[in-house]
Amino acid sequence: MTVLVIAEHDNHRLSGETHKAVGAASSLKLPIDVLVIGYQCQAVVEEVSHVEGINQVLVADNSVYQHQLAENSATLITEIAADHSHIIAPATTFGKNLLPRVAALLDVGMLSDVVTIENADTVVRPIYAGNALARVRSKDSKILMTTRGSAFEAAQMADTQAEQKLLDASIANTLSEFVERQASESERPDLTAARVVVSGGRALGSKDNFALIEKLADKLGGAVGASRAAVDAGFISNDYQVGQTGKIVAPELYIAVGISGAIQHLAGMKDAKVIVAINSDADAPIFEIADYGLVGDLFEILPELIDSV
Amino acid sequence: MKVYVAIKRVIDPYVKVRVKNDGSGVETANVKMSMNPFCEIAVEQAIRLREAGHADEVVVISAGDATCQEQLRTALALGADRAIHIECDAVTEPLSVAKLLAAIAKRDQPELLILGKQSIDTDNNQVAQMLSALLGYSQGTFASDIDIAGDGVTDGGQRELKVTREVDGGLETLQLTIPAVLSTDLRLNEPRYASLPNIMKAKKKPLDILTPDELGVAIENHQEIIEVMAPAQRSGGVKVSSVSELVDKLKNTSKVIG
Repeated sequence: MTVLVIAEHDNHRLSGETHKAVGAASSLKLPIDVLVIGYQCQAVVEEVSHVEGINQVLVADNSVYQHQLAENSATLITEIAADHSHIIAPATTFGKNLLPRVAALLDVGMLSDVVTIENADTVVRPIYAGNALARVRSKDSKILMTTRGSAFEAAQMADTQAEQKLLDASIANTLSEFVERQASESERPDLTAARVVVSGGRALGSKDNFALIEKLADKLGGAVGASRAAVDAGFISNDYQVGQTGKIVAPELYIAVGISGAIQHLAGMKDAKVIVAINSDADAPIFEIADYGLVGDLFEILPELIDSV
Repeated sequence: MKVYVAIKRVIDPYVKVRVKNDGSGVETANVKMSMNPFCEIAVEQAIRLREAGHADEVVVISAGDATCQEQLRTALALGADRAIHIECDAVTEPLSVAKLLAAIAKRDQPELLILGKQSIDTDNNQVAQMLSALLGYSQGTFASDIDIAGDGVTDGGQRELKVTREVDGGLETLQLTIPAVLSTDLRLNEPRYASLPNIMKAKKKPLDILTPDELGVAIENHQEIIEVMAPAQRSGGVKVSSVSELVDKLKNTSKVIG
């Protein structure tokens, strides 16, 4: 049997999360096929075919798949599922939107946000915002899972090239239609892939002050993150939110500035290698998990820190 | 149109959960329970749709043991018209819940089903998508805005709505054919509180009890939880007294900055 990994991409570039999903799939020690669903996505197909450890790239390139909407993508996946014992997608908004739909169509359960694949049918996944870990065995004949990127090594690029196989299925989507996409512009590294993340919370006080976080992140070559409070206060857009309901990150260095450390936030960053907390409240829960804590006024600390790194 | 909302009873989000020593689960005895926060947003959205004249009836549904009637009463106090309790074991997998909800939807034909994007206990984020698949409806997951123009009926007689979704890297807007299944993200709305008079009135609103058998759904377990473990604890850190000490630690002790 083989594993099917669903590629995430924008028709031009493969997302780094797909490399992580292939990395996760490789722990099953089965041949790996990658499915690319899209439109005019030849560049993505080329990129996928050079990812290490891939057996075959299945390509569904058709205008009906341009925006990879769940309704017809899920049906397409069920049509080719017969050959695969496992179907894996990255635990991103793309994978989370799509894979449960596939699972229901196949009448099987699904394992969400897997952090460890122990063997062919047993995985570990966090529950209760990461405050507990469940070891779960699937009894299904076909095992579907989304894998958490920060928990797996990315598959590398290789000199070899996997075979490409074109699928001619064109499944129309009469249920939903793409209208528009508003992307958040950023020249900084991707939040989920960054080596350093600097996050700001409500204590920054305003959108203007949030620039201090961006300045420190730029000095460190890192990405900017935020707590939900900072997002809700309008300091920064929601795709920078770190936490249970936002992005899950595991960088080498995570600097939390003016973030108290609610469990929902900790769920998104507590696997960082080194955590630094800067907060005026010495009793803030963030200090319980921080490797280095600095108590004080962030408006005095941040400029000094920006100057000295 | 009829709007159906599914809600779940979970451990209150502000409770620090404790893993049981025998690895069988987390401690739920004498722990405060409440409505899953994403479900509160779903209920609020349904009530707002009625207030805006889009919905004629708002029905809330919950699957679980008898205790989940408490959360159904809360939803009734917030403004839902009636409630359906599907009586079954509290722990039910997403696919089973989706099948139960699909059975009710096939019977009652609501135009819109609104769910939370995930429950904060099992963190699955699956039921809405599965329900949509089982019904063959359109899906609008992680919704941060829902826009129904006029009465939602287009010139061609088809009913549609626009949903803006929170996706990685920004926002995405889709046009969905009604009937549709939506799942709510945090920023969709700010849920209201129930007033005391409404809590009193909610006690008189209809609450039907159904069993999976009556709905023709066999509850099957596709997964087995072998063990629930506490996550590894981080070793206690140190407090530094100055920026220079912090920079020194990051450079020379942890070596995470150059």
